[in-house]
Amino acid sequence: MSWDPEALRGTPVNPDAAISVRGLTKRFGDFSAVDGIDVDVPRGQVFGFLGPNGSGKTTTIRMLTGTIAPQAGQALVLGEDVIRHPERAKRRIGYMSQKFALFEDLTVDENLRFYAGVYDLPPERFAAQRRYVLEMADLIGRENELTANLSVGWRQRLALGAATIHDPELLFLDEPTGGVDPVARRQFWDLLYDLASRGVTLFVTTHYMDEATHCNRLAFIYRGRLIAEGSPQQIRRDFISQRILEVSVGDPDAALQWLEQAEGVAEAYLSGASLHAVIGSGAQGRDELAPWLTGRMREAGFADVRAVEVDPTIEDVFVNLVSRQP
Amino acid sequence: MTSPPAVRTEALSCRFGEIQAVDEVSLEIPHGAVFGLLGPDGAGKSTLIRMLATVQRASSGDAFVFGSSVTREPHRVTPRLGYMSQRFSMYPDLTVAENIDFFATLRGVPRAERLTRAASLLTSMGLAEFAGRQAGRLSGGMKQKLTLAVTLMHQPDLLLLDEPTTGVDPVARREFWRILAGLHRGGTTVLVSTPYMDEAERCTDVAFMEAGQIRHRGSPQQIKQLVPGTLLEVAAENPREALAVVRRAPQATSVHLYGDLVRVLWASGADVKELDRWLSGQGLTATVRPIVVDMETAFAFLADVGVGGGEPR
Ligand SMILES: Nc1ncnc2c1ncn2[C@@H]1O[C@H](COP(=O)(O)OP(=O)(O)OP(=O)(O)O)[C@@H](O)[C@H]1O
Ligand SMILES: [Mg+2]
Repeated sequence: MSWDPEALRGTPVNPDAAISVRGLTKRFGDFSAVDGIDVDVPRGQVFGFLGPNGSGKTTTIRMLTGTIAPQAGQALVLGEDVIRHPERAKRRIGYMSQKFALFEDLTVDENLRFYAGVYDLPPERFAAQRRYVLEMADLIGRENELTANLSVGWRQRLALGAATIHDPELLFLDEPTGGVDPVARRQFWDLLYDLASRGVTLFVTTHYMDEATHCNRLAFIYRGRLIAEGSPQQIRRDFISQRILEVSVGDPDAALQWLEQAEGVAEAYLSGASLHAVIGSGAQGRDELAPWLTGRMREAGFADVRAVEVDPTIEDVFVNLVSRQP
Repeated sequence: MTSPPAVRTEALSCRFGEIQAVDEVSLEIPHGAVFGLLGPDGAGKSTLIRMLATVQRASSGDAFVFGSSVTREPHRVTPRLGYMSQRFSMYPDLTVAENIDFFATLRGVPRAERLTRAASLLTSMGLAEFAGRQAGRLSGGMKQKLTLAVTLMHQPDLLLLDEPTTGVDPVARREFWRILAGLHRGGTTVLVSTPYMDEAERCTDVAFMEAGQIRHRGSPQQIKQLVPGTLLEVAAENPREALAVVRRAPQATSVHLYGDLVRVLWASGADVKELDRWLSGQGLTATVRPIVVDMETAFAFLADVGVGGGEPR
């Protein structure tokens, strides 16, 4: 495996990176929520931070935004030491938190004004930024609408607008698209790309694995430790050794049950409209994997089954990484 | 006499001031279905579910759960329901185990069953080692999993789940659907709303809701067949650039990025080879392959049609 989890350990923090972290640790009582992570996030990148529930993503973001203090480690954000001087980088970063950071009983405009106040924006800059944000979020004409009346997708855009009202260089987005419908999710990512193309660094968490593919770089955190890092292509190539068959069949639920019991299949799950069968170590070396599996499935009564070997998706890697951990 | 369907609504409506959240919905959900409610944000899915759960009054019309009216005899409906709302939250100062026990007791789950069921749910949700942690100190997704565990503690005849897996990680989401599949085999009827289209694939029936109305319903297979043309997937070095090029092709009816691949809905009747020619004509090297239409594509297509056939931005 080409990624070395120790590569950054003990090296000095990098002031040129958007984020540079060494040995960052957060304990709650005797539980380590974040357990000595080392990572550099280059400027201008869309950086995806993935991991199971409770693995330490939000806790990491809260340390990097200066909201909570770590017990140990170093962290530079835009070159500033956020542990010693949590206030210094604050005006240059934006943060869209996992819970809504909007006041539901305020209008769209009032929410933007509130955030402009938080960042001490002078009136002429606010006027310009406000126009930009309303345009970006497609909220022109809805300035006086109550935030509570906006649907989830619109609210997320407003939250993005509020988090960027002060034109930050670095933006933290903690599950910005949770609960957002597929079309609104795409539109939201178009906005993120827009920001990225203007040079803003984005640090994003998500449980939607298709979104992970939109990132320039990804890191996986598991129980407070980084277990993988790299571009989506590297992650898909280096962090899964098993071969994967994509199985299409008329009755996927029955096929899934069959595959879960089948010899030579380590794991099986739905992926889009098809099934993915992760081939176990015993059968890995076979040349003709697909016919080997479809033959047996036809015998078992799945007459319409088709299978092809496919490259692993980020979701395959995620599942694989998690199930491989002790 | 045949038994009534699990759910039947008759011109069920709910109005909030100016807004018609649910607009004369007449819908039947057969016994044992896993029924997926899909649609854009604000379509009225939660309001529809809330009326079935008897927590929201209908403005007009009625709904029947196993034959009992939600407006006239809610006391006969609620004992047969399990309802998980988007807003429900646990007692933050009680531990995970205490929350589960508390709500299971409320629903009258016998003690012995409570213990074994709680243990197995906590394990499959990956929460076992956190049983002693206060709910207020869980991460966002862990709270959601706790709510799921609480909902699944008793085995109701009808489960109403409003976006149960929002914020839940991919592995746990799978575990959850495994549990649902088990309940389904045991005869439970499930109504679930979800923004995850891979979950929609797993339903026996789906309905696509928009602006308070059910626009389409059928099996996932039938819904996908509503999408005309051929779905093509384009892999290119620079997906954003490929997206822009493909969007200009006259035969492309809908184009979007899925992960790092461009997905194109190619007009029916048009030759698939045309896309290859178009791409190379524009100086782009890319590989094209036809793929099966999935629910993600169907959703985007149906949502587009709904707003007047416009292209997604
Ligand atoms: N104030 C606290 N006291 C005790 N434990 C805490 C506290 N805050 C967080 N934790 C624990 O730290 C761990 C990491 O939580 P965190 O919120 O960072 O996870 P996450 O990766 O963001 O998860 P999710 O995907 O669910 O949002 C969890 O086990 C959580 O219960
Ligand atoms: Mg989190």
